[in-house]
Amino acid sequence: MAQTVLHKANTRGVADHGWLKSYQSFSFAGYYNPERIHFGALRVLNDDIVTGGMGFGEHPHDNMEIISIPLEGELQHKDSMGNVATIKAGEIQVMSAGTGIYHSEYNPDATHPAKFLQIWLFPNTRNVTPRYDQIVLDKTERKNEFVQILSPNADDAGVWIYQNAWFNLATFEAGHSKAYPMHGKGNGLYIFVLEGELEVEGQKLETRDGFGVWDTDSVNIKAIGEAKFLLMEVPMEF
Amino acid sequence: MQTIEIVVIGTNKPIMQTIARLIDQNEEWKAKLAYSVTEALNICLQESIKLVLIGAGITEEEIDRLKLELANQRPHLPIIKHYGGGSGLLFAEIHQGLGS
Repeated sequence: MAQTVLHKANTRGVADHGWLKSYQSFSFAGYYNPERIHFGALRVLNDDIVTGGMGFGEHPHDNMEIISIPLEGELQHKDSMGNVATIKAGEIQVMSAGTGIYHSEYNPDATHPAKFLQIWLFPNTRNVTPRYDQIVLDKTERKNEFVQILSPNADDAGVWIYQNAWFNLATFEAGHSKAYPMHGKGNGLYIFVLEGELEVEGQKLETRDGFGVWDTDSVNIKAIGEAKFLLMEVPMEF
Repeated sequence: MQTIEIVVIGTNKPIMQTIARLIDQNEEWKAKLAYSVTEALNICLQESIKLVLIGAGITEEEIDRLKLELANQRPHLPIIKHYGGGSGLLFAEIHQGLGS
């Protein structure tokens, strides 16, 4: 029997720093909820809005797989490995922080906010050499499919990380349903609704709701209206 | 008010200093930095130490050695791995480690 956990959008932690508004599905920085620490290897899911011309000053990271998915606008990234890059909607950025890196991120557009998901996964190996990558996602509109954007394999679709995790983006038309097959036993699936309404294993989900499912081989996902969502398959034990 | 002392072990000095600064921002907490397990073992024998955070650069073998050597002398001292290298996860890790 599958087990589930529901995180409604309006129960997330909220941090409002003026230049940054962050909606946090799991405990992060000043938001601490002992019942919301992680979902398997998924530790951070922040839904961030950065005001135009503002951003995160230089700060460190270590031993974490950090994935950024811009939803609107763009972010300029600089890091201690010498990478200088801009990421925008339709792209994905990944950093393996390993033994330690410093980076900064800011919104170069003075007039429009940048909206992005900041996702952290526990690595399956500590103290790796830090690495950075970003790719442009396939812009072909592929409705009613799961489009893989991340995996543990360098030669597979999307970016890769040091964890047995698979991420997919999807846009389903109203009424479309499809089963997501897990890659491995012991994995769980965390569904984050970007826009629209879904029904997952009988649970209705709305925009920015999160829903975790585990102890199952596959997960049934049905769009109530047109819906965009992110699927994050992660090991529950790591 | 008794200060809770937290040992942070790691090898990346700038990150260690950042973590210490973040911990010390809480007036009830005080960070003590150790750049090796040997250095940490000496500090951890002090009763005022309530938590050990293991940062980047410490191997699994070194962690095992730390746990083994503290098992007799400080058997209830929580030893947890720190992830992230900054403020994001640090406070939740400390609250969990202290059981608060």
